[in-house]
Amino acid sequence: MEKKTGSQILIECLLKENVEVVFGIPGGQALPIFDAIYKSNFNFILTRHEQAASHMADGYARSTGKPGVCIVTSGPGATNIVTGLATAYMDSVPIIAITGQVSTRVIGQDSFQEADTIGITRPVTKHNFLVKNVKDLAKTIKEAFYIATTGKPGPVLVDIPINIQKDTCSFVYPEKVHLRSYKPNCNGHPGQIKKAAEIINSSTKPVLYIGAGVVISKAEKEILELSKKSDIPVTNTLLAVGAYSNNTNLNLGMLGMHGTFCANKAVQTADVIIAVGARFDDRCTGKVCDFAKNAKIIHIDIDPTAISKIVNVDIPVVGDAKIVLKEMLSLIKTKKRKNWIKTIELWQQEHPLTYEKNDNKLHPQYVIEKISELTKGEAIITTEVGQHQMWAAQYYKPKKSRLFLSSGGLGTMGFGYPAAIGAKFGTINKEVIVIAGDGSFQMNMQEMAVAVLNNISVKVVILNNQYLGNVRQWQEMFYNKRYSHCCLAKRKNCPEWCNKPSRSLCPVYVPDFVKWANSYGVLGMRVTRKKDVKPALIKMLKEKSSVVLDMWIEIEENIFPMVPNGASLDEIITRMNG
Amino acid sequence: MRHIVSVLVENKFGVLARIATLFAARGFNINSLSVNETNDPTISQMTIVVKGDASILEQVTKQLNKLVDVIKVINFKDKGYIERELVLIKINTPRSLREEIIKLVGLFNARIIDMSLDYITIEITAEEDKINTFIKMMLPYGIKDICSTGIIALNKEHANKTK
Repeated sequence: MEKKTGSQILIECLLKENVEVVFGIPGGQALPIFDAIYKSNFNFILTRHEQAASHMADGYARSTGKPGVCIVTSGPGATNIVTGLATAYMDSVPIIAITGQVSTRVIGQDSFQEADTIGITRPVTKHNFLVKNVKDLAKTIKEAFYIATTGKPGPVLVDIPINIQKDTCSFVYPEKVHLRSYKPNCNGHPGQIKKAAEIINSSTKPVLYIGAGVVISKAEKEILELSKKSDIPVTNTLLAVGAYSNNTNLNLGMLGMHGTFCANKAVQTADVIIAVGARFDDRCTGKVCDFAKNAKIIHIDIDPTAISKIVNVDIPVVGDAKIVLKEMLSLIKTKKRKNWIKTIELWQQEHPLTYEKNDNKLHPQYVIEKISELTKGEAIITTEVGQHQMWAAQYYKPKKSRLFLSSGGLGTMGFGYPAAIGAKFGTINKEVIVIAGDGSFQMNMQEMAVAVLNNISVKVVILNNQYLGNVRQWQEMFYNKRYSHCCLAKRKNCPEWCNKPSRSLCPVYVPDFVKWANSYGVLGMRVTRKKDVKPALIKMLKEKSSVVLDMWIEIEENIFPMVPNGASLDEIITRMNG
Repeated sequence: MRHIVSVLVENKFGVLARIATLFAARGFNINSLSVNETNDPTISQMTIVVKGDASILEQVTKQLNKLVDVIKVINFKDKGYIERELVLIKINTPRSLREEIIKLVGLFNARIIDMSLDYITIEITAEEDKINTFIKMMLPYGIKDICSTGIIALNKEHANKTK
């Protein structure tokens, strides 16, 4: 049989796995791999920063449901993707990261661009491999894809020393993976499913609490069916925005720190919580000992470690959400819960999601409402992390799953823009819009070159409040308005302790995002008045190429409702001073 | 509470680091740890002693199971297992006390494995409780050095059958 180099084998493996696009940056210890890429017709996207490559792979994976792939070099290349891996790990996103490594002969000698990649990435990957023999390479790549995409998905890293990239052997891609130590359990225990169904049937105030697991296992239909059949209201986590229909009064919206009043109230009043593919993150539960005190908790999750990790679960069901729900549905009785739904509707009316709509100020929520309206919730929205992210989660109404992509668990600023580029490569015909803060956007905006040079259109809407807005909000609410190092316009000659920002008095903001966009040949527009928002958005959506919209929003706008950090969900604040 | 957890893992490089990282990252404390190859050279066995309540043990067990290289996790419970630990203790032994110490060594079924004019080294293999008592008895003589293998354990065969 013809022998192939490790690098050729790697490329063959990726093609066998139907990889369409790979993101990354070459470097010394990955040169043989890039030589193999050069000789093949492989879609490789050269990014400007390795971190962005990992987020692009992530955005690609989140938008398509397929694993995202990135290839970077050893040492700094590998350490630069750590944030991307940690982001994907927290949110259960399948990524295959390939890193170059120094030759096995010099590992451990502090060689040039050597880092203990396996050691560094161990806690932020689902699994990682160091390939020490070219004969193991094909099997390892097969296993990497299998591990990344099955069970609770996650990033897997394969570290390939340069001599392994050059060594040769015959190439056989294994048909199947056999790992005696890794066998994810997808079928829920029938006894547990029966118990859960009985509890749901006998409950009077149930709430479904759905998370990313519903999206990953494609259980949206089953959730809808369950909620309709048994008249159960549904609240979602940040990662499950879009997983449940917007056209029903059973949709409570997001729960938790910036969740809706009625979602939080419903959870706290419920007699049964049915958690599906959600992990009781502290941003959802608030003060844990006060969370859903009156409720029996059913938890359906593929990850056994998620069960009773934070909140004690009464009926755990370990398994794939879709499979478990399908089983369960046949045991659920058709029910109408008039009183419960009525109570919820009253909460919805009492404190709907809202903001000051009657003035002429440019409120960020208005911008997002308009985006939602104009795109009919059909565009892919990615967000950075901060206030704009929460406003987007509250006011963008996606038609379905995988249209709202956001870094939930890790809260990675700088995620949104590269993730949007990655998403665009996966769904080339879809409109992709980044809702960014001016702070977050600056963390990875260098990637505009990638969008421009590859002729892809990614629209950027910067909600510019010249602050690290979420930090400012917390400093305003919990640190007596001591705005410590959150102002992005502050210069040497500003008052030392300024907490009275205003567009007219503050120094000129840098960068000028419009000029900056222009320097890439990209259309940039600045919007400073409410009445210009809609026309600018319409113009942006008409454009075939990338656009940057710099929206000068109200600079001290806060996100509401808010449950203060560490407080119980009952202590929800619906607006300032009241 | 003390728990003995036996973990069968793939005998590959870096697996011990994976387990150690997991314990560190999740804030679990390892009281003792012993690692060895089993009769199947592709499998290693780790015996880990952890302290904590039932919920800690549950998380430890689940988190270990979640690691890709972990094949099986066994929690030794109740009286259904036998545990042993081997300890080497070097005791300050003035001639006048030698007899006394040798008697105690005999009483505990321990063994003297090295001797000099001023010191003797004792090997004791027993359960943790017995070892702790022995160490307490030796303390007044002055322990110069002490070294332990950590606890290892196996299921009792008849205990399994009655289940």
